[in-house]
Amino acid sequence: MKKITKIMSLILACAMTMTLLAGCADAGAKDAAEPSSDAAAGTNADAEDNGNAGTHTEAVFMIGAIGPATGGAAVYGIAVKNGTELAIKEINEAGGINGVMIEYNFQDDELDNEKSVNAYNTLKDWGMQMLVGTTTSGCCIAVKAETSNDNMFQLTPSGSAVDILKDNDNVFQVCFTDPNQGIGAAQYIGDNSVAQKVAIIYDSSDVYSSGIYEKFTQEAENQPFEIVSAEAFTADNKTDFSVQLQKAKDAGAELVFLPIYYTEASLILTQANAMGYEPKFFGCDGLDGILNVENFDTSLAEGVMLLTPFAADAEDEATKAFVSAYQAAYGDTPNQFAADAYDAVYIIKAAIEKSGAMPTESVSDICDKLKVAMTEITVDGLTGEAMTWDSDGAVNKSPKAMEIVNGNYSLIQ
Amino acid sequence: MKKYKITKNVRDNILTYGIVILAYFIIQMMIHTGKISSLMQGLLVPLCIYVILAVSLNLTVGILGELSLGHAGFMCVGAFTSAFFSKCMEDVITFGFLRFALALLIGSLSAALVGFLIGMPVLRLKGDYLAIVTLAFGEIIKNVVNVLYIGKDSSGIHFSMKDSLSLGLMEDGEVIINGAQGITGTPKDSTFTIGIVLIILTLFIVLNLIHSRDGRAIMAIRDNIIAAESIGINITKYKLMAFSISAALAGVAGVLYSHNLNSLMATPKNFGYNMSIMILVFVVLGGIGNIRGSIIAAVVLTLLPELLRGLNNYRMLIYAIVLILMMLFNWSPKLVELRKRFSPRRLLNRTREVQ
Repeated sequence: MKKITKIMSLILACAMTMTLLAGCADAGAKDAAEPSSDAAAGTNADAEDNGNAGTHTEAVFMIGAIGPATGGAAVYGIAVKNGTELAIKEINEAGGINGVMIEYNFQDDELDNEKSVNAYNTLKDWGMQMLVGTTTSGCCIAVKAETSNDNMFQLTPSGSAVDILKDNDNVFQVCFTDPNQGIGAAQYIGDNSVAQKVAIIYDSSDVYSSGIYEKFTQEAENQPFEIVSAEAFTADNKTDFSVQLQKAKDAGAELVFLPIYYTEASLILTQANAMGYEPKFFGCDGLDGILNVENFDTSLAEGVMLLTPFAADAEDEATKAFVSAYQAAYGDTPNQFAADAYDAVYIIKAAIEKSGAMPTESVSDICDKLKVAMTEITVDGLTGEAMTWDSDGAVNKSPKAMEIVNGNYSLIQ
Repeated sequence: MKKYKITKNVRDNILTYGIVILAYFIIQMMIHTGKISSLMQGLLVPLCIYVILAVSLNLTVGILGELSLGHAGFMCVGAFTSAFFSKCMEDVITFGFLRFALALLIGSLSAALVGFLIGMPVLRLKGDYLAIVTLAFGEIIKNVVNVLYIGKDSSGIHFSMKDSLSLGLMEDGEVIINGAQGITGTPKDSTFTIGIVLIILTLFIVLNLIHSRDGRAIMAIRDNIIAAESIGINITKYKLMAFSISAALAGVAGVLYSHNLNSLMATPKNFGYNMSIMILVFVVLGGIGNIRGSIIAAVVLTLLPELLRGLNNYRMLIYAIVLILMMLFNWSPKLVELRKRFSPRRLLNRTREVQ
């Protein structure tokens, strides 16, 4: 018995050493490749030196993406990963951008600001020229400080905080900023006189949710409706909403505004139903996905209105093609994050075509060209038609209001 | 006999300082010759942060002998107070170094104060009870920070615990701490050199404390509290001393952290109990009470998940397995015995004996 233990320990120790060495070798390879990626990441010889760059003999565009692929927010990161990958595969199959192929690399940031910067640096070592990322707002703020230092072109598919666009000119967004969503929602409710008395339930520990909440409240002052209750919950306490709902009910709210993600929203709908409270529910793009929540009675979501740029069961050709391609590749229905990321790649493509940037140029030169091109292009994508950009990086597109009818999202005209 | 003992201590300390200084010069050389990847360069400051955290927690866990699970909370206090200070003073003190030095002072003092206040009631407990109470305090600190809204305009500083609208800022106002969204735009003052200087300072404080009269008193409390009390050692005083110093040093790490990243948010990931336990893992892997071990463990465990990035999806899984194996390799009694049998020193001695 003793002998077996000893042998086992030895084997395990060996296994560990091997793993460690494997890790080291990997790092070594990266280190060796580093100077090449630092100096003009595109020259042919260098691209060949870099083991990760594959066997291409000609210059390629190197696009990196960052998002949480592990942990609680992994759904979003993986959606961005897949959406980007799908778009790049399509572009490469169609002959690339101006005949130039794209190389793609995705790095995990675990939803941690510090890890996100690490992921960015890893991609820089790999030779990234353009960044599709990061997926989440907090990480994006940390990373944009680095990209603006390096003058690296950054297009975030779903980082919606305003701070992302502050103090730089190299970062652009595909999604709406949080204030735009808040203002848009308030205006929609006001203009269409959906309700007179509005209650809000929001997540005060989440940047996205509290960002929308604040602007919604500000804009509401100019609108013909009244906010009768505003109740918060936090990430540590998001399973029981009976208190918040009771307050909304007591205040006589006809509409409950939910600037939150769909997981919590599905609980709110269920609990409201249980207490016999039937207001109208109105949400933002975070509610997209509510029909796919497991064990959720989707009939409760009937009549829920949401402002979202993308719905997987929309009827137009582009969306249909995207959804079926995505399902074929990943066996999953794409959400808004995947669509944003998919659009991001095509936006970069449009900007490159407009500016005539070449992969042999330095990262900073490409960025300067793309910055100019971004303000000139107009892109039709899955998440909006005729999208244009200001020089500060915010997107101009009109939000689509959807209503859930017969278990499907349908566009409100 | 006495003389020998001192030389051993001194030799040990010189080795510890030496490793840090040597590492610094090697890295500096690599930076100047351009032989270092951007990933490594970005990791240099975080490495310093984790080393300081590990060494400071070792003071509580290893020297004082009390299990604390709230270390990230003190880091959080240091990070937020100093980032707040830097944001307020960004226009007033334009000389970056002076501002950062003051931020360091404020961060460490406020962390020490919180450590002192928490320590007073908490240190009456022992063992598991203390661990759980510190865990709770760490979480409280994180949650309190998450509901703070502080803004500044020409009429002064505004404060709220509801939301940033109720601050009632004027047109020129700026929200500095925006609840869960934290502080954005902290000046990036942390550098590797400052980090190393702070590590050396931390080592200087901790190592000198351990080998001082006070340090021996603290260790006496750890080894046998009744015996220590019977010879007249003031238990409360020494416990609080070790705990506050440890908190202050964690505050220093927090200052480095907040001035390294553009956005500072108190999430469960960076200031929650996950982080506290991570720091504890550094300490345990490096050896409880072993300062040099803490440094090495912090460096290895911070680098490991980044070096494993090549494994993509299996990265965190492999990281966990490697962590388990390393823990076994270092501390399983059988393996310790085995390592001793095959240690180079012993083999050397044996060949000498044969000769």
